[in-house]
This record gives sequence, C-alpha cells and structure tokens, in this order.
Amino acid sequence: MSVHNQIFLQIFAVTLLAMGITISAAHADDDRDERYADKPGERYGEGYSSKYGGENRGKPIQPVQTNAKFQQECSSCHIAYAPGLLPAESWRKIMAGLDKHFGSDASLDARDSREITDFLVSNASTRWSASTAPLRITESSWFRSKHDSHEISPAVWKSPQVKSPANCAACHRTAERGDFSERNIKMPL
Amino acid sequence: MLRKFYAPGLALMAVAGFATQPAFAETPDEILASIRKEVAGTSGFQGFSAAHGESFFRAKHGNELSCTSCHTENPAGPGKHNKTGKTIKPLAPSANAERFTSRKKVDKWFKRNCNDVLDRVCTAQEQGDVITYLLTVKN
Repeated sequence: MSVHNQIFLQIFAVTLLAMGITISAAHADDDRDERYADKPGERYGEGYSSKYGGENRGKPIQPVQTNAKFQQECSSCHIAYAPGLLPAESWRKIMAGLDKHFGSDASLDARDSREITDFLVSNASTRWSASTAPLRITESSWFRSKHDSHEISPAVWKSPQVKSPANCAACHRTAERGDFSERNIKMPL
Repeated sequence: MLRKFYAPGLALMAVAGFATQPAFAETPDEILASIRKEVAGTSGFQGFSAAHGESFFRAKHGNELSCTSCHTENPAGPGKHNKTGKTIKPLAPSANAERFTSRKKVDKWFKRNCNDVLDRVCTAQEQGDVITYLLTVKN
C-alpha cells in the first residue's frame, strides 16, 4: 500500500467517525404523536402533510448538516429557529424583510442574506401542503395545536422566564440545536 | 498500525482546534482610525470625545430607547435584549475582547441599532464618540 493510499484511508476513517457523531445527535425524535406513524410500505413521514390543515412542520426539523452563517447570524437576538418549522415561502418573505424584522432592523449584507436564505429554503418544512406562509412560527396550525390550553396552562405563558412564545428554549431546553423532543421539555414554575 | 492512525488523527484534531480559536482580524484602535478617516476631512472636526460618546450612549432617543435599553448602564456587564430577553455579551472591550475587532460586524450593528433607537443611521462622529467612550470603560 502506498503512502498516499494510507493517508487517504486515515483521513477517510476520521471523517466517517465525525459524520457518525453528527448523525447520532441529529436523530433525536421530535414528536411523540408520530412515533408509530410509519406503516409498512409508506414512505417516512408521508400522510402527515394533510395534518394540521396542511400547516405541518417538517421532519426532520433540523437538517443533519447545518450552516455556520445561519447559526451565527440568526442566534444574536433569539435562538436560530430550525428551518423545518416553516415552509420555504415563509423563509423567503422573512429574509426579504430583514430591515423590518418584527419591529427591529436585522438587515444583513447581500451575500450573507443569500447564503442563509438558500439554507432555510432548501431545508424548510417537507410536510407543509397549505398555500399559507406565515411570518410567525406561532401562527402555524401545528404550533397552535401543540401548545393549546390542554397542553400548556396559561400561567406558563405568563411566567417571566418565558416572556414570549418565541422563547422556545424557556421550556424546550435543547431548542437551540433544533431538538424539540418531549423528554427535553422542562416548563418553568 | 495503531500509531499510524494516531498521528494524522491528532494532526487533524490540532488543526480543528486552531481553527476554532477566535482570530481577531482588526483591533478597536484600527477600527476607530478607519472611522476617523471618514470625518477627518470635514470642517469643524475636532476628534472623538469619550464624554460625548457617553452622553449619547445614555440618552433616550426616538422610540423611547437608548443604547442602555439593551446594553444596560454598565457596558462592562452583560446586557439583555429588550424584546427577546436573550443575554448580550458585554460591549466594553475591557470586558469582552471580541468587541470592535471586525469592521463588518461594527457596521452591521451600528446600522441595525441606530435604526431601532434613533430611526436613522448614526454619523461617523457619533460612532467614533461611542467607541472612544467604550474604550475608556474599565471592567
């Protein structure tokens, strides 16, 4: 075996190991209600695009391969909301209006804006069939259904630690990395 | 065999480790100097003033906001985003060596925050005064 081949093999092995670690972290289940969803012969996740009136978040919510610019720029003022939480059209609208982003100027230069838009659009919800494209995650049917008064007492929303429904991480302690699994929920109060 | 795998692996980890070290491309003084260049030629320019910078930093502008609404009265301490409540790292370079080390980042935040607080962009004079003030804040 030549020296070149050996080096190639070694780099390959290290890369595989790194990929393995990333993939296992990203495979946390995000929704209890769909744990047994997949029937034999049905493609993964299919049949859930009509759920919530077509306004369903994607699966996965966070792609295995994230984007450094997205993580860096979108987490300055709030957590970097996972791209699968909204449909592609929502992200296009949000990114086109960054200079007036929910009452704040969050503008980026053209190059960064394009890179982040591409990442969000190509990893947007895969299960959104409605023609709607809300600007707020909290306006989508899946969100409202998952966070209705049966699930969460109104007192939780009023907690100073929550402050706003946009503050996912108040209860979803691992929201920052796109993990909304039930076992990682811990409500204040 | 094991050793053969170890060496490049360690080398790779070392490279990755170096890559995550923050690389400060510019210093606050260099950034201040480049802002000074923008106003140095204008008539009446008398340099930057920490005192003016401090009063600008603390003053309430339009929208009932000031820089202190998020960065607090003490720029050497952590701030808190006015709306989302997210923690903001200290603004004074004495408390946070990362501050004012990238002109791109400085321009981005002055544009955003001045638009939010003053409904307009800040002048080079105002920017220079504020940075001059923040450089005098001790941790």
